[in-house]
Parts: sequence; C-alpha cells; structure tokens
Amino acid sequence: MAFFEMVKTALKTVVRRPVTILYPAEAAKKTPLTRGHVTIDESRCISCGTCQRKCPAQAIVISKEAKTWQIDRLRCVVCNSCVDTCPVKCLVMDTQYSSPVTARSVEIVTITYVKPPKPEKKDEPKQ
Amino acid sequence: MTLENQTITCIDFGKLIGSVERFRNEGYRLVQIGCTKVGEQYEVNYSFDKDYHFENIRITITADTEVPSISGMYWNSFIYENEMHDLFGIQVRGMNIDFKGTFIRTAVKFPFSMPPVTVVKGDKP
Amino acid sequence: MSKQIIVPFGPQHPVLPEPIHLDLVLEDEKVVDVVPSIGYIHRGFEKLVEKREYTEYVYIAERTCGICSFVHGATYCQGIEQIMKIDVPERAQYLRVIWSEYSRLHSHLLWLGLFADSFGFENLFMSAWKIREGILYVMEETTGGRVIQGSCKVGGVRRDISSEKLDEMVKDLDRIDRDMKELTTVFLKDSSIQHRLRNVGVISREDAYHLGAVGPTARGSGVAIDTRKLGYGAYDRLNVHVVTESCGDCYSRCAVRANELFTSTDLIRQAAKKIPEGPIDVKVTGSPDGEYFMRAEQPRGELVHYLKGNGTKFLVRSRIRTPTLTNIPALLKMLQGCELADVPVIVMSIDPCISCTER
Repeated sequence: MAFFEMVKTALKTVVRRPVTILYPAEAAKKTPLTRGHVTIDESRCISCGTCQRKCPAQAIVISKEAKTWQIDRLRCVVCNSCVDTCPVKCLVMDTQYSSPVTARSVEIVTITYVKPPKPEKKDEPKQ
Repeated sequence: MTLENQTITCIDFGKLIGSVERFRNEGYRLVQIGCTKVGEQYEVNYSFDKDYHFENIRITITADTEVPSISGMYWNSFIYENEMHDLFGIQVRGMNIDFKGTFIRTAVKFPFSMPPVTVVKGDKP
Repeated sequence: MSKQIIVPFGPQHPVLPEPIHLDLVLEDEKVVDVVPSIGYIHRGFEKLVEKREYTEYVYIAERTCGICSFVHGATYCQGIEQIMKIDVPERAQYLRVIWSEYSRLHSHLLWLGLFADSFGFENLFMSAWKIREGILYVMEETTGGRVIQGSCKVGGVRRDISSEKLDEMVKDLDRIDRDMKELTTVFLKDSSIQHRLRNVGVISREDAYHLGAVGPTARGSGVAIDTRKLGYGAYDRLNVHVVTESCGDCYSRCAVRANELFTSTDLIRQAAKKIPEGPIDVKVTGSPDGEYFMRAEQPRGELVHYLKGNGTKFLVRSRIRTPTLTNIPALLKMLQGCELADVPVIVMSIDPCISCTER
C-alpha cells in the first residue's frame, strides 16, 4: 500500500508546458495521410461513373448530359474508396476537414474535360 | 494462417434440449444463439466452446414454432432469446427473464423478419 | 422486511460512455435485484447487409463501434476470406496485427481514464488520455484516421507502413512504455484506489465461466481464455502472454487491463521484427458462398462474426456478437448485494461498449 503515488506526476504536469493546443487559434496537427475531404480536378474527369458506383454512402451523383459531378458533404464518410478507384486519378483527398454548414446542400462541379481529337489515320502500305 | 475447420450439426427440433444438456455436462460454455431467415424458414444456431474447441448445432423452424428455452441449463441465454424474439418474432417458451418484447424497442415490430430489400445501383437511396 | 424502492440508472449518467438502462431494486442502499434494458442505440446494421455489397460492407462493419473499430473491420475481412478461401499475403497479416494491438492500447487507455473518472480521480483520467493522444497520432500517421481507420479490405490491407516508419514507431514505444509504467503504478499501488476497488463487485470463477463472461471480465476471475491463442492472422507466429488475476473483484479486472498494455507493446515489437517484405493485397473475384463463424479478440473480449453467403454479391446474413452482450449476465450477478454508491464503478469495470452491443 503506497500513499501519494500521484504526487510526482501531478507536480510534473504543473511545471511543464501544457500539452493541449489552442485550437482554433493554432492549427490542428495533421499528417499527410489525414482524410479530410474529397476534391476533384474537373479538367481530367471522364464521367465514367466509377466513383458513384463504389461510394458506400451513395454521396456522389454524376450526370453525363449536364456534365456535372456533385457530392453531398454530409453523406460522405471520407473512406477514400473513390480516390482509390478513379481510373484517371482526378480525385484527391485533402487534409483539411470540411467546414460546418447550417443547411443541407450538395456541392456541384461542372466538368470541363474535353476529349482530345483522334489522331488521323495515315494509310500504311501493307507489308 | 491456420484456422479451425468448423462443422455445423443439423439436429431435429425435438432433440435440442438433450443435446444442450450433453454440452452442459461436459463443461462447455454458451458462446451465442443466432438466427437467420432463409426463405420462409428460420435457422437457429447454438454455439458452444470449451478450451478453444468450437461446436455448433442448428435447428430449422417455421415462424410459428415455439422453441423451448435453454435457460434452465445456461442462465445467460435470456439475452439471446429475448433478442431473437424482439427482432425475428420467434416465440420462446419458459425464459428465466422474459421481457415480453421490450428488450430492444424498435419502431417496426420484428424488423428482421421483413423480406429482404433488393437495390438497383444508381437509385436514389 | 424493509421496503423496496426502484432507482433507474441511465440511459443518461455522467459515468456511462454509452446509454444503457438498469433498474436497480434497492433495500436501504443495498442492491437486491437488477433488470437491464438495452436498445437505445440500435441502428439495424445487420439489415444493411442486404443493401450493400460484401466489399462495401467493410465500411459499415467498421463503424459498429468507435473505440474498437479496427478489430470489427479486420474480423469481417478475415471471415469473408475464410469463406472464399483467399490466401492473404503475410505482410498484410502482420500489419493487421500491429494495428490491432495499437487499437487495443488506445482502448485500454481510454478505459483506464474513464474508470478513474468513475471514482472521482480526474487528474489520473487526464494523464491516461494524454498518453492515448500519442497513440492516436501514430494511427493517423499510418492510416489517415484517428478513430475509424479504414485500412482493411477483403484480400489484404489498403495502406503500407515503410520500414523506416516501423523503426520509428518501435523506438517511440520505449517512451510510451515509460509513461504507462508511471500510470499503472498509480492504479495498482495507490491506497485510495485500493480502498475503493478491493472486494467490490466480486464474481467467482465458476460463475464467470458458466455465465459466459469473456475477456478481462473473465480473466480477472482466473478463467484463462484469450481468443488470440486460436492463432488467426499472424498470432500463431507470435508469443501471446495471457494475463490473469484470481480475486474476481474490480481491482483484479483493472489489474488485468493495466498489465495487458505491456503485452500489447511486446506484441508490436515482436511483429515489427518478424514482418516480411512483400505485397499487401491480392485481387478478389467472385462472391462468397458458404458460412463461417469468425472469432477474434477485441479489447473487451471474444468477438464472433457469423457470415453467410449464397453466391451473390449481397450476403444473406451477418451476425455480430460482441463481448459486452455476453458480459451483461455476469454484470447482473456482480451487482447483487453491492452498495448503491458502488454501482457506477462496477458497471464501468466490465468496460461497457453499448454501441457494439446494440448494433
């Protein structure tokens, strides 16, 4: 049976600097792998629809005719599935968390990808 | 990775109490009682374990069968039997602590006995 | 006979991390009988298996619980791999072990903090959580998430840890070990804590075994069952030390968890030394057809995932039986005969994780 075992730890915490950070005045600690929110590079998206099929929360909706890519930030669980499966790698996971909102809405992005024209077929002599 | 091969013994509904008593006398502990809806029938799995050796028995019943409770031999089975009643609607006779449907309160009675939902991908959820 | 009064405990109570309701039948400050009632956080996870394909269900299985989330995801993946007879590469198995043990460290430190809070020792609560922050930072650096890791998938793991990072993590474990030694000395030796915890909530060895107690609740009464001894994942190549105590009171359960912290750091060091180079996943095609009971050791005890598939992309049944569900009858036995002021301490000593129980 020992008495006053905690005194050593308590005195150390009094003397040392505080371990908490003054958030939001100081930025939160983030690592390169932190999953914050999904961003898209609209000039590379080919509207294949893979991200919409793989999303477990059904947060992404793509419209090929209207050329839009929309995401419901409140449904998204930042699981990284869409980023992993995108065939042209136009989706990137940013490390900042999405900011709080006061009303439910979806974020709509217009796709500006232009398919490059096919190179002209030259007549090749048969060998 | 070497994992055990598991065998599930399907037994007759009438032999349930006898088999469970055999497990009790040999010193097995009750691991879980689980229920699955297959078509119109329900499969109830009873799992036992002793010294990392795993055994399963299974009975197949219809929705209106009354299952006898094994709480005479295993006092802790009331948790699983009440959950089975509240989620699937299976009547269990003779539970030592009978909550009469108030163990898990859901908005829809017997939710897991509803037919499975088929989903087409791309539908609005 | 004195009059009996009924006092409701929960679902909102400052000591409970998650809502559970107990009706305590009292006779003059002594608890005579207890009636539990759960279902405050039932989300119907098992019904979601019909709406989400088996590859996507990993994300749902992980979100069953916030404290023990990694083990749920890993157990589900291992169950599917066992049904489909997929051979997971060795490096992935060792990585899963390393993350599982970090998850166990953070869960036990969280529990030590909440337990100290339940008998009023706020300073100790904050010290335990201070150490836990370092571990959560390691989880975030290697997987991207502090609470929900998202790094298991059917066929392997999604992210790799480089060998330089592994060396750094092992070196950091020395500092964590020192801090944890200081913390556990207070828990195990201090006289005010012993006064509060000795001979409170006693359950005998036979009762603990037959009522189905698992995990530290059973190991605190001398029943030596630890599902890691089954040898799933990479555990059959590592040396697992099972910690038991014999008294069966709250102090024993606290001592088991405090000593298991050091078992976990030892396992991480062993795994980091033995981990081979190689791929981290295999390609998975087809659908599961068959059934399996996958058992694993969660921080709270033995977890059982029962999975049944019939050859389509949607599983027929996924049943999760968590250790807290099976510790509840043991809790009812412990509470009979105790004082009213000891009820929060005893309820916390089984480590209730009700969101797992009530998926």
